[in-house]
Amino acid sequence: MAFAAFSAGTTAPEAAPRRKSPIALLLLLPGILYLVLFFLAPLVSLLLTSFQAPSGFGDVGQYGYAFRWENYVEVIAAYWPHIMRSFGYALIATILALVFSYPLAYFIGVKARNWPLLQSLLLVLVIAPFFISFLLRTLAWKQLLSDESFVITSLKALSLLAPDAHFTGTPFAVIFGLTYNFIPFMTLPLYTTLERLDLRFLEAGSDLYAHPFDVFRKITIPLSMPGIVAGTLLTFIPAAGDYINASRDFLGGPDTQMIGNVIEANFLVLQNYPAAAALSIILMSVILVIVSVYVKRAGTEELL
Amino acid sequence: MKFSLGKWLLPLYTVLALIFLMVPIVYTFVFSFNDSLKSNITWRGFTFDKWLNVCQVQNGAVCEAFGNSILIGVVATVAATTLGTMIAIALVRYRFRFRSQTSLLLFLPMATPEVVLGAGLAAQFLSVGVPKDMFTIILAHTMFCISFVVVTVKARVASLDPALEEAGRDLYGSATQVFARITFPLLLPGILAAALLSFALSFDDFIITNFNSGAVTTFPKYIYVSAARGIPAEANVIASAVFIFALAIVVTTQVSRAARAKRLAKQG
Repeated sequence: MAFAAFSAGTTAPEAAPRRKSPIALLLLLPGILYLVLFFLAPLVSLLLTSFQAPSGFGDVGQYGYAFRWENYVEVIAAYWPHIMRSFGYALIATILALVFSYPLAYFIGVKARNWPLLQSLLLVLVIAPFFISFLLRTLAWKQLLSDESFVITSLKALSLLAPDAHFTGTPFAVIFGLTYNFIPFMTLPLYTTLERLDLRFLEAGSDLYAHPFDVFRKITIPLSMPGIVAGTLLTFIPAAGDYINASRDFLGGPDTQMIGNVIEANFLVLQNYPAAAALSIILMSVILVIVSVYVKRAGTEELL
Repeated sequence: MKFSLGKWLLPLYTVLALIFLMVPIVYTFVFSFNDSLKSNITWRGFTFDKWLNVCQVQNGAVCEAFGNSILIGVVATVAATTLGTMIAIALVRYRFRFRSQTSLLLFLPMATPEVVLGAGLAAQFLSVGVPKDMFTIILAHTMFCISFVVVTVKARVASLDPALEEAGRDLYGSATQVFARITFPLLLPGILAAALLSFALSFDDFIITNFNSGAVTTFPKYIYVSAARGIPAEANVIASAVFIFALAIVVTTQVSRAARAKRLAKQG
C-alpha cells in the first residue's frame, strides 16, 4: 500500500542487477511528462500567481503578472491566526492520533500475530472509515455531537457539561474531526513496523531486569520509529491543509477557520487569486521543510 | 488480579477503539433508512423507500453526481494505472540517469497538501484559459493517483522472480510473449490493487475536485454543497451501498489470500 511509502528502511533489498536500456525512457516518459505538466507546472503557476498584481481596470478577478511580493506580507498580516491555527490544530490532532493509534496498532501487529485471520479482519476495520464518504462521516459526527444530540444533552443532564456549552463550532470539535478522519493514516504505518518488531529484543530487555515501562521506552519505541515518523507525516500533512472539518457547515465555526478555508474562500469565492496562491505557497513551504528533514533521514530512494 | 487486568486491557482497548471508528459509519447506514423529509437530521421512522427510490429525489441530482464520480473515477484510474505501472517497471528493472530526481517527483505529490494541488492546477487552468469541466477533474485525479500506483505496483515488480522471465526467454519466447504470458499475469494482482486504490482515492476526493470542477458535481461535491441546507437520505443510501461493496471486495480478497496461504502451507 501507499502507506509503505513513508515507512522507509523496511523494504527488501533489490536483487537483479539493473540494466540500462532505451525501453526505460519509453516507460518513464509518458508518466513523468504528465507529472511535469500537471504537478510541477501548476506549482510554478501558483508561484507566479502569488506575485500577481491587480490589473489596471480594477475588475474583480483580473490580475496581471508582476513581482508584487507585498502579497505575502499582506496575507501573513491578514491571516496570521489562520496559519498558526492550521499548524496548531494539525499538531494536536497528530499527537492525539498517535496516542490513540499506537496501542491499537500494537495489538494488531504484535498481540494478534498468531491469528492471521483476526489480524486481517482488524485491519479491515481500521481502514473501513475510508470506504464511506469523508464528508458524510464528518457530518455524522456533527449530528451526533450537535447541541440537541443525545450525547450532548446527556452530558449536560449529568452536569458534566455546562448547560450553555457547545461542542460543534469549537476548536475541540475541529481537532476531534481531524483526529478521527486521519487515524487510519497513523494506524497503518505503525502497524507495518510493529508487525515486523522482533520480540526477542523485548525478551532480552526483560531478561536484563528492565521494568516493562523501560522496555517499551528504550526498545519498542525506537524500533517502531519508522512507523511513527511515517504516520506523523501522513496525518500532519493532510490535517494542516484540510478545510472540511473546520468549515462552518461541518464541525467548525467562525473562529476555527484554517488556512485551507482561507485559500478556498480567496480562490473560489473572492477570486483573489494572488492571496490564495501566496497562502498555498506558504503552506507548501512549511510542509516541504518538514518533509526535507525526513528525506535527510531516509534518503530519496526509499521514499517510494 | 493485577496480571489478568493487564492482559485484558489491550484487547478491551482495541475493541473500544474500533467501535469508536465505526460510529459514523453505523450512523450513516442507519440514517439511510430514515423516513426523512428534506433534511436527514432527526429520526422520523424506518423505511426502505430511500433505498428503493434513490434516484427520485431532486430530479436525480444525487444519482447524477454519483454517476459523474464513477465516470471520473474509472477514466482517471485507467490513465493513472497505465502511466504508474510503466514507471514502476522502469524504476525496478532499469538503470537510468536522474533517478533520485524521478523518485522525488513521484514522492512530492503525495507529500503536498490537497489544497495546494487543487489551487495550483486551478491557477494553471486559469492562466492557460482552459474552462473547468469533467475533463479538468479527470486530469487532476489522474495526477494525484499516479504516485500511489507507482508505490503499489513497484512492490509487486520488486518481488517478481527474474528466473521466471529467464525461463520464458530460454524457451525462445519473444519479448512481447514473455511480457504478455509471464510478466503481466504475475504483476496483475499488484496492478489491480493499485487500480482499486486509485478509484477509491478519486471517488472520495473532494478538495482537489472542488478547485477544478467548475459546474460539474461529483458525489462528494454534492454533499459539500448540500451540507448547509441538509442532505437527503438518498446520499446516505449511496454512501452505504458503496461502503458495503468496498468492504465485500476487501474481505473477499483477504479471505481468498488467507485460503491460498493455508493451501500452500499444506503442500509444504
